[in-house]
Amino acid sequence: MISYKTNRAIKDERDELRLFEQRAWVGFIIIALCILALLARYVWLQVVAYDQFSTRSENNRVSVRPIVPNRGIIYDRRGRVIAENLPAYRLEVIPEQVPGKLEGLEALLDVLTAFIDLTEDDRKAFEKARRNYRDFDSVPLKFNLSESEVAQFSVNRHRFQGVDVVPYLARHYPYGEILTHVLGYTGRLDADDISRVDEGNYRGTRTIGKIGVEQFHEKELHGLSGFERVETNVRGRVLKVLDRQAAIPGTDLVLSIDVAVQQAAWDALGNRPGSVVAIDPVDGSVIALVSKPAYDPNDFVNGISQKAYNEILSAPGQPLFNRAINGSYEPGSTLKPFVGLAGLELGVVTPQTRVFSNGKFYIEGYDRPYRDWKDTGHGWVEIVSALEQSVNTYFYQLSMNLGIDRMHDYLAQFGFGSVTGIDIPGEGKGLLPSREWKRANLNQPWFPGETVIAGIGQGFNVVTPLQLANAVAALVNGGSRYAPRLLYAAKPAGVEKAKRISAPVALQIPVVDPNDWLTILEGMDRVVNGVHGTARAVAADAHFRIGGKTGTAQVYQLAQGPKAKPDSIAAHLRDHAWFIAFAPVEAPRIAVAVVVEHGGGGSKAAAPVARVVVDAWLDQELNQQPGQEP
Amino acid sequence: MKRWLPAWVGAPRLDPVLLVMLLLIMGFGLVVLYSASGQDMSVVNRQAIRLGFGVAVMLGISQVPPRILKTWTPWLYGLGIAMLLATLVMGEGRNTQRWLDFGVLRFQPSELMKLAVPMMVAWYLHPKVLPPDWKATMLTIGILLIPTILIYRQPDLGTALLVAASGVFTLYLAGLRWRVLFSFAGLVAVATPVLWLIMKEYQRDRVRTFLNPEADPLGDGWNIIQSKIAVGSGGVTGKGWLHGTQSHLEFIPERHTDFILAVLSEEFGLIGVTLLMLTYMLVIARGLYIASAARDTGSRLLAGALSLTLFVYVLVNGGMVSGVLPVVGVPLPLISYGGTSAVTLLAGFGIMMSIYGHRKFIR
Repeated sequence: MISYKTNRAIKDERDELRLFEQRAWVGFIIIALCILALLARYVWLQVVAYDQFSTRSENNRVSVRPIVPNRGIIYDRRGRVIAENLPAYRLEVIPEQVPGKLEGLEALLDVLTAFIDLTEDDRKAFEKARRNYRDFDSVPLKFNLSESEVAQFSVNRHRFQGVDVVPYLARHYPYGEILTHVLGYTGRLDADDISRVDEGNYRGTRTIGKIGVEQFHEKELHGLSGFERVETNVRGRVLKVLDRQAAIPGTDLVLSIDVAVQQAAWDALGNRPGSVVAIDPVDGSVIALVSKPAYDPNDFVNGISQKAYNEILSAPGQPLFNRAINGSYEPGSTLKPFVGLAGLELGVVTPQTRVFSNGKFYIEGYDRPYRDWKDTGHGWVEIVSALEQSVNTYFYQLSMNLGIDRMHDYLAQFGFGSVTGIDIPGEGKGLLPSREWKRANLNQPWFPGETVIAGIGQGFNVVTPLQLANAVAALVNGGSRYAPRLLYAAKPAGVEKAKRISAPVALQIPVVDPNDWLTILEGMDRVVNGVHGTARAVAADAHFRIGGKTGTAQVYQLAQGPKAKPDSIAAHLRDHAWFIAFAPVEAPRIAVAVVVEHGGGGSKAAAPVARVVVDAWLDQELNQQPGQEP
Repeated sequence: MKRWLPAWVGAPRLDPVLLVMLLLIMGFGLVVLYSASGQDMSVVNRQAIRLGFGVAVMLGISQVPPRILKTWTPWLYGLGIAMLLATLVMGEGRNTQRWLDFGVLRFQPSELMKLAVPMMVAWYLHPKVLPPDWKATMLTIGILLIPTILIYRQPDLGTALLVAASGVFTLYLAGLRWRVLFSFAGLVAVATPVLWLIMKEYQRDRVRTFLNPEADPLGDGWNIIQSKIAVGSGGVTGKGWLHGTQSHLEFIPERHTDFILAVLSEEFGLIGVTLLMLTYMLVIARGLYIASAARDTGSRLLAGALSLTLFVYVLVNGGMVSGVLPVVGVPLPLISYGGTSAVTLLAGFGIMMSIYGHRKFIR
């Protein structure tokens, strides 16, 4: 037994035990009260506030994830796939899950570079994109990873928290540059795009149509986002799908473009900048719409590097520029058939009205000469032969008699000076001058000389190839000016057969006398098939009878001075060559406008291109079995 | 009786009532741990082995008579202080210096102090006339304050709290005058702002977070919020064993250690929590009964203090998980995953069993 030292006072074991028991009881009661208070807290949490916490637990557990609809596929009118979706992989980062916040993100990208080819551009684009997403959203870092990148990353995935390879469908354009100016392309969704679309429908979408059909028909192509409610753990990993509402895929579109004709036109232009637009005058559908040069849209789908973009920007001929819908060209003599029709329909001339061409035309009271292209003149001509030989003097005289006001109003009916309403964005209006226009824009009165040259499509006149082709279509179909359409048919998801979509008629041009129209067409027929026609070469071995009209758009104003030999002019100052055409003359199924920049004369440079396009289309279309729709 | 064994080794001396209750708690703990660990049997096995070791220690100590334990007390206390000083110099552990690494064995000296401090206070007060006089009181406070400060400096607020509490409880049970107790309480209230000044930044953060967890729901408030959601969503009957979404989807932090009560509350509901609390209450009541039956003052004070300390574990952990007390690293006794605290607790129960086995009137 250990002996304890005792103090001055005497220990009383009984007293101490009593004291202890008293203290123990008090202590136990306090403990019991505390535990009861603690249990009261649990009662509050688990009984009183149960609903609230139960809901929060459920919200924790379940997250709603968007299901991105597959973008609609685009076909040409013969059923060729011209825009498709290919399986690919992209790298996505959830910034919130990256350890170390902002510096962590920087460091992560640095390390990632060892496995993924991340350029400065990619990083910049990522930084920009990051601002459009919330921190717990997945932000795309790089699209279209190569197979080896996917493999490399997958092996090292554990090192990159918050980064994942995500399978997706990448847009692909099998025909590349020849259809760029028609289709446009899809690209990374940016802040601008997001402000334009229904954000809910685009929550999971990473790309959007940027220009062309892809942009214009974005709504149909995109489809409707679905969603799935999934059970996720704290790191967002999906453990279980609770329920899902499938996405409704985008509508498949059939364009009126015939890739074979498009290709033929593209090839026929060779390496000259220019544009070809072909429209079926029967229904206003666009058969071909070429603008050359172009660029490969596939480069843009996955985000183009600054370097590649600069290359395109500095390439000769401005590949980004869509000449077909936005090019500004003087129409030149291609305007003559329309001026001629105005004269006939408004009763200014008859088919028999004759004008004498001696090579020079003077306005009464002025001594400035307005020349014919033939120095010696063409002699007596009426409307048909004036068109056949493109006699300026005839149209100088006609314009003087017509006056600028009536000329403007009549030509406006063919869509000159206004957009055609085609279903791609960014179309140019061209310019159809008038007294009012000049007063408003140049603050000058109209001069008679301007009327004279307006009659041969010079001066202030500016058209786009699309406008001209569309005007030709209206001219040869008896006055139905369509708002031309690229969209030919649409097949919404789940629908068996594509529904044909017709181009709306923008204006039914009133016909005073059908013979006036036939007279103009006869003149255009003679351009190709007449003995004096300016484009006789086009008729050689033609499969179908073609009508047309040559034209020259002046680049360098020689001020009606002495004519220079074309070959002696520097290439970039040479005139643009125009040719408008339609065929078959008896029952036109195609209206074409061809412009070849700096091509010189219309008959040599532009007409052969039109011939190729006409053949490519009619060989196919008129020999096709009836009822053979895509 | 075998000759080569010490004379005090005799028939097993243990308290079957206490043992059954402890086994119930540990069994329930392993069941919850299986769920909290994501049904990882290896975690459960590891914990079972530790608990088994703890039980062995408990049974071993229960055979040692209180008088032998008394002779060890000053040495144990001195050793503990020495090791605490050593951790300040050469300690290991994430951010904090809690561990002493003896090559193969890693040891947390502060755990030892949870036992050594009440033992030392009881040892010191045993021969004194109770209630203690002014001088004895001051000396007792010195005995408990030195290790408390050393542990707080590590820093380990939770353990410091438990060590200080065990000492204070001994003083309380020794009959420290109420007016002295109340004036101490008043002093603490006044000293709280001072405490704020000497707190480490991370400790202040915890207090701030505790006071307003929703201010930073994705940062520091996360633990408290998620824990409350887990508890609240458990309701009265719970989501069922292995069906706690907060825990299985890993929303609960530290879900198999300090926050295991959140898992238990989520899966077993208010019923589970209440049953557990009742069991703890029974253990405490049993401990106080053992104390009152002890044969001498020192044993009585020690057994009583150890029982009351268990209450501090339960209250602090339960309060922290339910968001009424700040997050301090106090485990749920015998249920939280981790060996050191369980072994210490079981060793403490071993002392209580020894006191019970050698109680009054047994010879």
